[in-house]
Amino acid sequence: MLRYTLRRLLGAIPTLLLVIVLAFLLVHAAPGGPFDDQRVLPAEIEANIAAAYHLDEPLHQQFLRYLGGVVRGDFGPSYSYRDYTVSELIGRSFPISLQLGVLAILLATTIGVMTGIVAALRQNSPLDKVVMGFAMTGISIPVFVIAPVLVLFFAVKLQWLPASWTGSQGSSRLLLPVVSLALPQIAYVARLTRASLIDVLSSDFIRTARAQGLGTATIIRYHALKPAMLPVLSYMGPAVAAVLTGSVVVEEIFGIPGLGQLFVRGSLNRDYTLVLGVVVFYASLIVALNLIVDLLYGAIDPRIRRR
Amino acid sequence: MKLIRLLLVIVVSLAAISLLVVSCNGSQQPPDGRSILNRALSTEPESLDPQKSRSVQAADVLRDIGEGLVAYSASGELIAAGAVSWDVADDGLTYTFHLRPELRWSNGDPVIAQDFVFGLRRLVDPATAAFYAAELGSVVNAAAIVAGDMSTTELGVEAVDDHTLLVSLVRPTPYLLSLLTHPSTFPVHGGSFEQHGDAFARAGNLLSNGAYVLVEWSPGSIIELHRNPHYWNNENTAIDVVRHHIVTQEMAELNRYRAGELHTTSSVPPDNFAQIKAEYADQLHIAPTLGVYYYGFNLTRPPFKDNPALRQALSMAIDREVLVEKITGRGEAPAYSWVPPGTNNYEPPQLSFADLSQDERNALARSLYKEAGYSDEKPLRFELRYNTSDTQRRIALAVQSMWREILGAEARLVNVEFQVLLDQMREREITEVFRSSWFGDYNDANTFLAIMQSDSAANMPAYTNDHYDTLMATASDQLDLDRRRLYLEEAERDFLADHAVIPLYFYVSKSLVSPEVSGWEDNILNYHYSQHLSLDATE
Repeated sequence: MLRYTLRRLLGAIPTLLLVIVLAFLLVHAAPGGPFDDQRVLPAEIEANIAAAYHLDEPLHQQFLRYLGGVVRGDFGPSYSYRDYTVSELIGRSFPISLQLGVLAILLATTIGVMTGIVAALRQNSPLDKVVMGFAMTGISIPVFVIAPVLVLFFAVKLQWLPASWTGSQGSSRLLLPVVSLALPQIAYVARLTRASLIDVLSSDFIRTARAQGLGTATIIRYHALKPAMLPVLSYMGPAVAAVLTGSVVVEEIFGIPGLGQLFVRGSLNRDYTLVLGVVVFYASLIVALNLIVDLLYGAIDPRIRRR
Repeated sequence: MKLIRLLLVIVVSLAAISLLVVSCNGSQQPPDGRSILNRALSTEPESLDPQKSRSVQAADVLRDIGEGLVAYSASGELIAAGAVSWDVADDGLTYTFHLRPELRWSNGDPVIAQDFVFGLRRLVDPATAAFYAAELGSVVNAAAIVAGDMSTTELGVEAVDDHTLLVSLVRPTPYLLSLLTHPSTFPVHGGSFEQHGDAFARAGNLLSNGAYVLVEWSPGSIIELHRNPHYWNNENTAIDVVRHHIVTQEMAELNRYRAGELHTTSSVPPDNFAQIKAEYADQLHIAPTLGVYYYGFNLTRPPFKDNPALRQALSMAIDREVLVEKITGRGEAPAYSWVPPGTNNYEPPQLSFADLSQDERNALARSLYKEAGYSDEKPLRFELRYNTSDTQRRIALAVQSMWREILGAEARLVNVEFQVLLDQMREREITEVFRSSWFGDYNDANTFLAIMQSDSAANMPAYTNDHYDTLMATASDQLDLDRRRLYLEEAERDFLADHAVIPLYFYVSKSLVSPEVSGWEDNILNYHYSQHLSLDATE
């Protein structure tokens, strides 16, 4: 397993390099530059700015300069946050996105799996239909509708919770953003769990277990849950990456200084270094998460391990 | 069933955790009784380094943590700040500023004239790459230094002694004092810069000579300022802590205001404006500002090149009253001039058709349209470009239908991302009519008129008129403010007659201000220094 992990990590390096090259080219291909504004600057000042940020150098030279920095761990200064470096900005915002993301994933898996199991066991009953109906709503209503409605209800009308990240210093400010992030995931996880559990429960080895006299709870816990979790696990890999790196909508609505809003702000402002830094970060994260998912597959399903 | 029981246990414990979390709702005011003001910024400042800052929002925060030679009062009048008095030579080319002796940095060091010199030199230094380097364009040698031809020590500012600053100009600049309120001219503590280099503006390093000190900047979230006890006017500063929250969405900002998390907002969402006006009538502040919304013509390409009659026709056919009442509807004023009314020492001339009724304008527009060679059989077809945004789209749709209905002209609407539009406007290769706006940097007509000189980089329509340039040059040589005003007004009259742009409306500032806040006065610059505000003790 160690060799497999190392092989995967080494294989990730050319992937990341390709990502950097593509991102660099795309970001520079977008019309407009980081310092364009309504207030068009006199030519000498533009020249000074271009020189200070090395934007007047030919493109390949700028790329090599950037790559040299990356190898040393220096992702450059941000063009839109002129007092900060890219590493600092990512370092500040990722832990916040991480905290929210982890809580959201925990909430989503717990509630999602539980409701999925209940629905599978009570298949086609009214309970099943109600639960899956809720799941459908969670998937259909977009976050930018749910989140403001939650804010309006819980923060403005009832005043139980803060309306924004900065509206409170305590941990109550986590609740609404985490719930908003988790709701669509709960829905997907519930549906996936239900479908795959129904599938597993109809297989031969479960029938054998039942014939041996085992109760439903025991069957689910020891025999059915693990194989039923495989599709959920496949879904969770990219889902975790997406949630961890922050939903931009949730961050904008609650004013959370997370990674998602940093990325969008950087793109709109043509902040080349910031965008590249976040892209490289995302790419590394996805590579790592996919690796973890593959390793977990091996841990859960012995059929894969033996390969 | 064991499973259902397990499920119930989990649900109950989740609910318990949530309740625990809800009860941990930290309070807004700390128990030590300090007053905290929560304000909103619509965009994150790009920098709090005074010479490197650029945006309006950065300037808003900088005005709290720094101070220049002069400043504005709560009602928008120029007042003495860092300088207690100043003398102007008879030829208007030399200003002598006498600094207030009790000026202090937040570490107790006195603020001296050399600190101002350091800041101003840094502003024109090409290595700083400052956006506002051209602010001091009329100071001796400034232009040459910016171009890299001279060293910064040649700049026409001199510290005669610790409390006297001499500024030498190449031409009389009547609005110089307004320029000196801008944060790019703020002083810099020389020792601090030596110690920290470019990082001198970070929270914790930044020394403040203003009412507040920068304590924390959490990018994307909040900028926190605490009282500066060494500020010369500290005893008149009421609020202890100022929190600038960065709120980019107008709806989210409104929700936060309604939840009591913000004392003031930076804007008001257009969608529920009527409801807000009804519900928060006494908290809503709408005031004129120095900003104009316009459609510009690309004068380097047909069909609008050398075709003033056609341009005038398009300008006349728009019912500006309908636009401001029905489309934007937040108290904006229709624009019949280029410079906004209320600008200091200025009476903007009006477009020639300002006094006609809309029906009369429509009739005249039709005849001009025909005169330009267009008709129903041969309609004018062109593109109207604007940046992707709901407001811009609504206005464009309204204007498109007006042009079609009154003239029969077919405008094709093209929306592009803001940066892309800027690029296209500058290149002038595909634009025909484009949407743009201009905001004044200081309270003087020059900030609007100067950009339409032929050599201005911000001259989007590429307007070139020698007579206009001459009038502007003559105006800038005048020492007598009333004579200067005449030249400026004449220049604007000339500009309006050429219809290089279609001014549509003048912007207004829109804010919600909590009844707990006192000292907020509407002014045309929309500057609201935190040191002028106070919170009622009853909250």
